[in-house]
Amino acid sequence: MALLQIAEPGMSRAPHQHRLAVGIDLGTTNSLVATVRSGIAVVLNDADARALLPSVVRYFPGGATAVGYPAQAELACDPRNTIVSVKRFMGRGLKDVAYAENCPYDFLDTPGMVQLRTCAGVKSPVEISAEILRALRERAEASLAGELVGAVITVPAYFDDAQRQATKDAARLAGLDVLRLLNEPTAAAIAYGLDNAAEGVYAVFDLGGGTFDISILRLSKGVFEVLATNGDAALGGDDFDHRVFCWIVEQARPAPLSDEDTRLLLTAAREAKEHLSAHSEARITARLGTGELIDVTLPLKTFAEVTRALVQKTIAPVKKALRDAGLAVEEVNGVVMVGGATRMPQIQQAVAELFRQAPLNNLDPDKVVALGAAIQADVLAGNRAAGDDWLLLDVIPLSLGLETMGGLVERVIPRNSTIPYARAQEFTTFKDGQTAMAIHVVQGERELVSDCRSLARFELRGFPPMVAGAARIRVSYQVDADGLLSVSAREATSGVEAAVAVKPSYGLSDAQIAQMLQDSITHSGDDAQARALNELRVEAERMLEAAAAALAADADLLAAQELADIRAALDALAAVASGSERRAITAALERVNQVTEPFAARRMDRSIHLALTGKKLEDMNI
Amino acid sequence: MINFQQNHFELFGLPQRYHLDLALMERAYRSIQSQVHPDRFVHASDAERRASMQSATQVNEAYRTLKSRLARARYLLALQSVDVADESNTAMPAEFLLQQMQWRESVEEAANQPEALAELGERLALEMKDRYAELERRLDGERDYALAAESVRKLMFLERLREEIGDALERADA
Repeated sequence: MALLQIAEPGMSRAPHQHRLAVGIDLGTTNSLVATVRSGIAVVLNDADARALLPSVVRYFPGGATAVGYPAQAELACDPRNTIVSVKRFMGRGLKDVAYAENCPYDFLDTPGMVQLRTCAGVKSPVEISAEILRALRERAEASLAGELVGAVITVPAYFDDAQRQATKDAARLAGLDVLRLLNEPTAAAIAYGLDNAAEGVYAVFDLGGGTFDISILRLSKGVFEVLATNGDAALGGDDFDHRVFCWIVEQARPAPLSDEDTRLLLTAAREAKEHLSAHSEARITARLGTGELIDVTLPLKTFAEVTRALVQKTIAPVKKALRDAGLAVEEVNGVVMVGGATRMPQIQQAVAELFRQAPLNNLDPDKVVALGAAIQADVLAGNRAAGDDWLLLDVIPLSLGLETMGGLVERVIPRNSTIPYARAQEFTTFKDGQTAMAIHVVQGERELVSDCRSLARFELRGFPPMVAGAARIRVSYQVDADGLLSVSAREATSGVEAAVAVKPSYGLSDAQIAQMLQDSITHSGDDAQARALNELRVEAERMLEAAAAALAADADLLAAQELADIRAALDALAAVASGSERRAITAALERVNQVTEPFAARRMDRSIHLALTGKKLEDMNI
Repeated sequence: MINFQQNHFELFGLPQRYHLDLALMERAYRSIQSQVHPDRFVHASDAERRASMQSATQVNEAYRTLKSRLARARYLLALQSVDVADESNTAMPAEFLLQQMQWRESVEEAANQPEALAELGERLALEMKDRYAELERRLDGERDYALAAESVRKLMFLERLREEIGDALERADA
């Protein structure tokens, strides 16, 4: 509510009004949930005091699931129904999934996004991710003893629109209200920047289990501004495991591996990789299902050699990000390391050489993203006092465009545009009498449509026939603060319109998600209704107070009739606010919202005007 | 929310001219953005959230336009009803086109040689500095918008060339 937000400058909420909000790092390998308690960001542990939740989901016949450690423990027994690294499949078709042939899953090559056939039925990556998110939500609600108002969920900065949308849908499916999708390196920068009172240009080098991001940010008092971001949405610790796995197989030359033994050796490879972060060699032993014993020793030097190409793959994105930011490597004040995979010595060394300075490792690379997300969730939930918060300016990682003649891409919004952002472009018909136009929305940096990701197709139909080149079709792209795109098209001479929210197709419609969500919520009936009524009453009270304060301060902005309308709406709200008719309160609130909207806008104008003219710009702290 | 009738300069409370105090603009940008940004309206009504997104979008567009030396010039000319692209039919001076061809040949010859490309980049940066100084004189001093539009068209060529040198460097580096 705009009224509320400007009515109480400098006032924090009373402690009992603290809203429970969490930050969730939905990782390829591990996931975490964190919150801000008494002003300090903390990771919420499980009942056994463990912070990490392995991102592993096991399905049982009949639909029961196990998530986290229990699922991970049984990984090698039931590889086909135990899904690891599901993040790699989010918003991806089968052809985009690296090493799909090494995954023991029964993939279904469904259009838009791959699905997996399990003993509990066909599951989409969205549903599987939702299981992980649900487990984290339950952990948070148990730990905080209350219901969450919302969550900030982190995504790799280099995730495209389909991957972001899939993540948001998974959160909805898990019953979470998404306050914001936040880029992982940006979350890390918040945690690092606040902790160290950092100012200047920082690079965040984030190598996770399955994704690599590099973000260049400018940190200054009260503002985190992302200048450029780049990365590789299919490069991470998993790939290093895979290289070690291949090395083991080359060395030991076992008989063809079963799914179970593949899983066993991949786990052994991961353990060896982790061991090598602190040791100069790792011994790998495993007894295969065939009885064969694997026993090899991997020296650190060999590990560095077999993974050299992977390390090299991080270099070009860093250079591109610096170029887009318009900065030389010398201008970077510090490099923050994020993600478990940055513990590898060869990564540390490569980053030090590239940036010509020792990287910063003083935050736990596994936790920093979740902590930053929790801090941002606290701000978005409104738990911080005005003036004690900050502004976050993020960008879209990949250019957005549309297909034109000959399969070429016309760029509409360039990468690294600060969001929210919008741009419109005009196109015309190329045939006489043409009354429809197909619009194909794509994302990526390449010239050819076939090299970019297809996000959506829709048609603008029914405009009057004209000679070729006479129609004026305006296609508008809007990217919101979550980095999600919606597209609309309008033929200017006739006014015919069409719009589409860009959504990946993975076999689940909005209605199906809503239904699944409905089914998954346990109906505690009266309880939930009583709580909802209570929340509405509180909201009505707050609205009445805020409106009274706003009128006391700025009633001069209103014409007599407007003032009368607002007073009438407030009286109507006051009359029903303490009753038990939810619908009546909702309607009265809506009415107040509606009649105070121009008032709120004018108050905003006035406060901006004051901000710009009341004091000298030089004196402003922002 | 913001007043959509204001032009980008008015929005930031800046004088409408080419010469720009970047630090001043950044402070204005952040000040406005911190009031209208969607992060401030997470719990607001749909209508307010939409208004916030539209305002923040417009503020970002204004910032992006004014920050870029070339986009700022084009925008100033557009405010004077001079469309730079409209006059793209008018021939560029032959001398300039010849110079362009020479530049392009040099870039092609230097492909795969990072040092030679970097040197070309530096030479180009010097030339562009002069051209931008000329543009500023034409816009703020002489107020000769036709000549300024010609400067802009030349600089569009040079900016593209700069991108190409950057691309070539990136390829040579890989």
